[in-house]
Amino acid sequence: MKLLKTLLPFAFATLAASAAAAETMKMSVTTSFANSGLAEVLLPEIEKDTGITVELLVVGTGQALELGANGDVDAVLVHSRAAEEKWLAAGNGTHRREIMYNDFVVIGPASDPAGARSAEKAADAFADIANAQAAFVSRGDDSGTHKAELKLWSAAGIEPSGDWYKAVGQGMGAALNTAAGLDAYILSDRATWLSFENKAGLELVFEGDPALFNQYAYLPVNAEKYPSVNAAAAEKLEAWLTSDKAKGLIDGYQIAGQQLFHFNAVAE
Amino acid sequence: MVAPILPLVVDGVVLRRRGRRILGPVSLTIEAGGITVLMGPNGSGKTSLLRAMHGLERLNDGAVRWQAPLDETRARQAFVFQAPIVLRRSVLDNIAYPLVLDGVRRVVARARAAAHAADVGIAGLLDRPAQVLSGGEKQKLALARALMRKPEVLFLDEPCANLDPRATRDIEAILRRAAEAGTKIVMSTHDAGQARRLAAEILFLHEGRVIEAAPADAFFANPQTPEARAHVNGDLLP
Amino acid sequence: MNDITSGLGEAVRRVVTLDPDLVEITWLSLRVTLGATAIASLIGLPLGAWIAINRFRARRLVIAILNSLMGLPPVVVGLFVYVLFSRSGPLGVLGLLFTPTAMVIAQVIIITPIVASIAHQAIRDLWADYHDLLISLHASRWQRVQALLWDGRRALLTASLAGFGRAIGEVGAIMIVGGNIDHATRVLTTAIALETGKGNFDLALALGFVLIALAVAVNLAIHFGTRTERSSRW
Repeated sequence: MKLLKTLLPFAFATLAASAAAAETMKMSVTTSFANSGLAEVLLPEIEKDTGITVELLVVGTGQALELGANGDVDAVLVHSRAAEEKWLAAGNGTHRREIMYNDFVVIGPASDPAGARSAEKAADAFADIANAQAAFVSRGDDSGTHKAELKLWSAAGIEPSGDWYKAVGQGMGAALNTAAGLDAYILSDRATWLSFENKAGLELVFEGDPALFNQYAYLPVNAEKYPSVNAAAAEKLEAWLTSDKAKGLIDGYQIAGQQLFHFNAVAE
Repeated sequence: MVAPILPLVVDGVVLRRRGRRILGPVSLTIEAGGITVLMGPNGSGKTSLLRAMHGLERLNDGAVRWQAPLDETRARQAFVFQAPIVLRRSVLDNIAYPLVLDGVRRVVARARAAAHAADVGIAGLLDRPAQVLSGGEKQKLALARALMRKPEVLFLDEPCANLDPRATRDIEAILRRAAEAGTKIVMSTHDAGQARRLAAEILFLHEGRVIEAAPADAFFANPQTPEARAHVNGDLLP
Repeated sequence: MNDITSGLGEAVRRVVTLDPDLVEITWLSLRVTLGATAIASLIGLPLGAWIAINRFRARRLVIAILNSLMGLPPVVVGLFVYVLFSRSGPLGVLGLLFTPTAMVIAQVIIITPIVASIAHQAIRDLWADYHDLLISLHASRWQRVQALLWDGRRALLTASLAGFGRAIGEVGAIMIVGGNIDHATRVLTTAIALETGKGNFDLALALGFVLIALAVAVNLAIHFGTRTERSSRW
């Protein structure tokens, strides 16, 4: 078994390669945050200023909170207030700190068959889409974006169902790919939309309603529940994320000339 | 010199498969020296009897007894199957394999196998993968491998079925030499001509039983049973 | 079509310039998959051979379980390994979650049944062929196993390569247990999933081409390394 003799060292090298040198912490974040590209601006600066290598686990909001609840990450950065508060009430984290917000935008076919462009409010735009039975792609994955979408449907007084309403159960990027393929309407966070490269025939059709604002909050995981949690690093990261330096970087981050995130952390 | 394992005593052996008796009861004694040939039509039990004697079959009744404990006799007998079984390695390694099993070092085993291969006329094929040999070459390889341990008893099941006359002649010559060198040969054949050429003793089987056992001369001169007579004369049995 | 050509171009550009990110994730892909293949082979090949030549009461059941496990969705395996190694799980203290080791473990679970099942079939056929001869030659149990493993080595190599092929392209399980962390657990397949999510189709395709090239290179290297080509008729 010459082959095995050749391969065995790889196996052991892999097993041994778990210990890292510098201080690291893990943070679960939503796909919308990671896909926006902001992480690639912030992480190197965080490492430079604090010496902490932040390892990102890019997942949906539900899974991000679940990883925190299981003690598998040191902090969570998500945008779904109701779910965050329920998570905190269960004793999974120490507190909730608002960091920044971005906003959702309604994306749709350039021809806008439902006439959502002329709506006054986001809920009206949704009502137009439902009335026109125009194809609409929903994340359908219990993510923050999905929850925001459901809130808008209920504000419009509509229970979305039927052939035109397609719940794909996937991340933002995959859902946008689907919408591009179907020429359908979709609710997206602005960041993912702007950096999304497969826009096909889609355009931004509605924006600006405060109902579309999307608050990101930082949630350190409860170290009393899981002693393995790196609470010190999580605290340092929180201090950095709420600092003036972070404010400058977050407010200054642009895609296609547009500001994506608005820093709104309150100093303690 | 260790005690010989022959004579072999077959005592009331019965084989049943799926409720049907395919052999026996058979009782006979195989003595040392010469070539014993099993004759009989297809399905008469020749293969089953050979396999039973060699210990490849589970007996439903009776016993096969050697003159030494069973474990000691294993490596001192050999079997050549009708469809030769070759290992998926070179001809040389096939022939050397029984010695390797005995713990002989590979280099030594190969050297002895090469010398032995020359005796059976396949010295030119040693480096070839065994699976690509012709039927006759495979049978010679199987024979060479079987003789490698210089067995006291060599069983062969229709060794020349499907072989051309030339390969048949070669194999018969090897068998004669082995018999002269002291290996007891017990083989089956449906070819009466081959039996006449080789046999010192004939066992004639019919429907799973040995119905006639006689020295070859006497058997061919005057078969005692109608079945044997018909077989020797080349008639089709009812 | 445009995505494919630009993907191919991007792949060539990154390979030629030895793009450090590409080298890093490619190397991790290779390490994780070869490690998993080696361990799965150590378990699966002897297991398959053992099932092929031994008669025991639960044999049919074991074969049925192996064959069913081959169809196990990787996501389920990933979830299972996650629950096991989560801080809140039974093996959480080991701190293996989101490490290459956890990815190797998940892949071992996924491919061992494949390796064992293919090895079982190959050895079973060989054993049917060799059975009478090895009994006749009075080979010991261990000698029989040796002969079957040695003469079946090419079929066994095929079994290992089938496992490798499944592992190198696997994404569902290692995404969950590895976490696709940049510079830590990101491999080719999870990077492809990420870039597809971003709509970066040409980069995703480029990584896909690198993945295919890697799989082909490993297969060729092993075939030439063991000289199966020279004696292909075996």
